[in-house]
Amino acid sequence: MPAPAPDHPEPLLRLDRVTKSFGAHRAVDAVSLDLAPGEFLCLLGPSGCGKSTLLRLLAGFETPDAGTIRLGGEDLTGLPPHRRPVNMMFQSYALFPHMSVAQNLAYGLQGLGHSRSAIAERVQGLLRLVKLEGFGARRPDKLSGGQRQRVALARALAREPQLLLLDEPLGALDRALREETQGELRALQRRLGTGFVVVTHDPEEAMALADRIGVMDRGRLVQVGPARDLYERPASRFVAGLLGDVNLIAGFLESAVGAMRSVRTELGPIRAVASEALSGAELGDPVVVAVRPERMRFGAGDNALAGTLVDAAYLGDRMRRQVRMADGTVLRASASLPEEAAGPAVGDSISPGFAPEDGWILPA
Amino acid sequence: MDPPGMRRVGSPLGRWLVRAPPLLWLGLFFLVPFVITLKISFSLPATAQPPYRPVLDWSDGIAGWRAFFEGLELTNYAMLAADSLYWKATLSSLAYAAGATAILVLIGTPMALAMARASVRIQPLLVALVVVPFWTSFLIRVYAWIAILKPEGLLNAALLKLGVVAQPLTILDTPLAVMIGLTYAYLPFVVLPLYAVMSRLDTTLPEAAADLGASRARIFRTVTLPLAMPGLVAGALLCFIPMVGEFIIPDLLGGSETLMLGRMLWIEFFSNRDWPIASAVAVLLLILIVVPVVLFRGAEERREEALR
Repeated sequence: MPAPAPDHPEPLLRLDRVTKSFGAHRAVDAVSLDLAPGEFLCLLGPSGCGKSTLLRLLAGFETPDAGTIRLGGEDLTGLPPHRRPVNMMFQSYALFPHMSVAQNLAYGLQGLGHSRSAIAERVQGLLRLVKLEGFGARRPDKLSGGQRQRVALARALAREPQLLLLDEPLGALDRALREETQGELRALQRRLGTGFVVVTHDPEEAMALADRIGVMDRGRLVQVGPARDLYERPASRFVAGLLGDVNLIAGFLESAVGAMRSVRTELGPIRAVASEALSGAELGDPVVVAVRPERMRFGAGDNALAGTLVDAAYLGDRMRRQVRMADGTVLRASASLPEEAAGPAVGDSISPGFAPEDGWILPA
Repeated sequence: MDPPGMRRVGSPLGRWLVRAPPLLWLGLFFLVPFVITLKISFSLPATAQPPYRPVLDWSDGIAGWRAFFEGLELTNYAMLAADSLYWKATLSSLAYAAGATAILVLIGTPMALAMARASVRIQPLLVALVVVPFWTSFLIRVYAWIAILKPEGLLNAALLKLGVVAQPLTILDTPLAVMIGLTYAYLPFVVLPLYAVMSRLDTTLPEAAADLGASRARIFRTVTLPLAMPGLVAGALLCFIPMVGEFIIPDLLGGSETLMLGRMLWIEFFSNRDWPIASAVAVLLLILIVVPVVLFRGAEERREEALR
């Protein structure tokens, strides 16, 4: 086992090159990851990227083909699900339909040597925790979607796990309820100090919830970091596109000017910051410059390009513009409204650009 | 009354066109024969054609009807109650059916569970294997058991060869042979409904139970079995009901000593040519079977109500 870095405490969870294949398909490919105690991590990726399989490996429903999973320094790799100090909240909630809410909550507490009254007291505590006092006698099918979600959460917390796994915990809720529940989930996690690993395909949800986000693509963990790092300094085009809208301008690496690099493109020369992934790149290598729409500016200045405004849409909180460039590519720019008293009209020739530090050069 | 949430569709004529064939079928082939049997059970045997009295004489009009109803008697039911032979046959039929149902549930539950847990690709094959015996006549399959169980049969030959027994075992014409026959013949009826329920169980429920610390045994007892209970009860009834009246298996495998209502019925009808008492036995059999079904339906409905 590699020694933990001196400035980090012993991680709660340590995955070391965990691999799992189904037939010829590598669902999880050599994933290594540390989780600090009390940390909230989101695994983000499109469906089929392996994030749910990784969660099932942590819960013990699948056994890795290679690699180790350690929790609090203890090797979990061969342990069956019912022996792991880990609990899971299922995407479908998996509430027992033939049991009342209270019986569902008590299920994980039975067989631990607690007295009947201790279990009843704990169940009441859990109902209070998720604000469902008085619902103990109900059957799950007599609850609303949001209430069921809270029962599933409370049931997964009943055994006070060191690590809680949540598979698309808010996926079945409607939009308004989801935003409210995000806040509650975050507050609950801070209060309990339990390590949370959440699987989601919704980047906004991952950014709203997590201390760190792990992006998965075709079984590999491609980048792990705080939301800001992933959004502003993505490691690849895939990560850049996954976390939000991005303009990608193709070109070739031309020269290094100070900390900036210069890229030759069809639209003219562009100066931008090179990502770490380009450390070994040579001049003339194909690259893309990634710029977020909200970083685009109009008028003379750095990286001023030439184009025609083809669409301007008022979206309430911002203005979204589309600019067709000379080579036919369309760049998107979005601006919060106060700066936009009198903007250009559709059909006008305008000059979109961006500050060099707002452009991020990635391998093509 | 229509169940809530279902709307009536189509014209009244269309609805009746759909309802008429099954109603007609049930009326002609169930209700009419049942009324005839019921009537004969209140008659007295006679050396005549048909072999009972009274027979309704349509030509006498009202007087004929009156004579007919005055001729009906409860004698046969009094005989059923008085003669211990019928009581013994009733109790032994119920005991055979209950015992075989218990064994079938014990064998069928793990079978159905294993089928439901098998990989999705081989499940159709497993279902086909359970159904395949139905392609051969039931009678022939029971005859085959005679060849297996008789003293010089396949089973004894194998046991003697292996040195497990020194003398051939007497299995044929014993209650054991009847139990073997019942268990063999009715296994698909308990496996298929159970499999149907178990294969549709949400697979995340056992996983959630395991995640909450439950062992395999506890998962089965607290999650799988309660959720599969409707299939289990349906399968058990599907076996129990026909087994109470079973005739072929006790007749072929049980020998002349076996007392079961199905055999009594056959003997009274065909050997003794006593149609009235045979009809009374048939009505008794019907009551024995209908009562548990009605009780079960009632319990099911109360359970549904409680969940609502």
